[in-house]
Amino acid sequence: MGPIIPLFEISEEINLLIAFLIGLGFGIALEQAGFSSSRKLAGMFYGYDTTVLKVFFTASIVAMLGLVFLNDLGMIDMSIVYVNDYYIASAIIGGVIMGGGFIIGGFCPGTSVCAAAIGKIDAMYFVGGSLIGILIFGQTYPLWEKLHFAQHIGPVKLSDTLGVKDGLLGLIVIIAALLMFWIGEMAEKRFKREDISKEL
Amino acid sequence: MEKKGNKYMNPYLAGLLLGLVLLASFYLTGRGLGASGAMKSVVVSGVSAVNKDYAESSHYYSKYISDDKKPMKSWLVLEVFGVLVGGFISGAFSGRLKFKIEKSPKITNKKRIRLAIIGGALFGFGSQLGRGCTSGAALTGMATLSIAGYVVMMAIFGTAFALAYFFRKNWI
Repeated sequence: MGPIIPLFEISEEINLLIAFLIGLGFGIALEQAGFSSSRKLAGMFYGYDTTVLKVFFTASIVAMLGLVFLNDLGMIDMSIVYVNDYYIASAIIGGVIMGGGFIIGGFCPGTSVCAAAIGKIDAMYFVGGSLIGILIFGQTYPLWEKLHFAQHIGPVKLSDTLGVKDGLLGLIVIIAALLMFWIGEMAEKRFKREDISKEL
Repeated sequence: MEKKGNKYMNPYLAGLLLGLVLLASFYLTGRGLGASGAMKSVVVSGVSAVNKDYAESSHYYSKYISDDKKPMKSWLVLEVFGVLVGGFISGAFSGRLKFKIEKSPKITNKKRIRLAIIGGALFGFGSQLGRGCTSGAALTGMATLSIAGYVVMMAIFGTAFALAYFFRKNWI
């Protein structure tokens, strides 16, 4: 029965070793996907490379289906699986700021660490910038504290809000993703940039 | 001349791999993946090292400091250390280890670095306000079908698409 660590007494050392091993897999997957390249990531927004869309949605669907199956098989206690807490204002405003950071800087935090690992100098500066941004948030926290906690909805699932079963919503997400994959493949043909792709 | 290595994995296959890592994280720990949380730990440790009393009195930093827990010895810090090592192993395996600044030929290295710092700062700031970044809020949140995950994902990608035109010179 999972999740293993919260349910069983696992020593601190083993817990941290698992953290490292999961990170290792995370880093290998990101790097093999090409997320260590800012121009490949940015390609998403100009259509010449939609790897981000394909990897991101495939991964979230695989994990989502896995959770649905594990739950149906009684192999995971979903009541202790963390569901992100929803605060409307901070989720939207935070997301918009992050989106700006993405198109300006070319990375997100996870991909920047992965890219820095293989020697991308722009990624190293992005990591430094991220630390500065977090420090700025921390130093000016009183200004944002109210916004940070405004409009609290709670750890709510989209399936509950829509009143459908997880499995059905999962199916809708899969169909939507397949449609987007198709659009992505079309976009890569239409906005092809051989000059960039061969450099990546 | 045939170029050896350098080829990336099929994106759907890479997505499957990433999804399995994410699923393993849920099964083992009850939580998904994260990245910005580890960066926050670095900042909190730094601030706390410079001025412990100040950090403990701050509404923000104090949430992440407690006597029994050192921020740098947290689960997420070890996980992101794993990302660093995993990225390096993968890059070494595929022949991609190289110091390089990646950008469009239309802009200078200096401009690229300046934009990387600004972009990083925005992402870092936004991840704190939005309670997680692309990994912890969007990807992980979407896997549990949480509304927050979908909202953050749409806000990040929607904004990046909306602003793409204005920053096209940096990339294409």
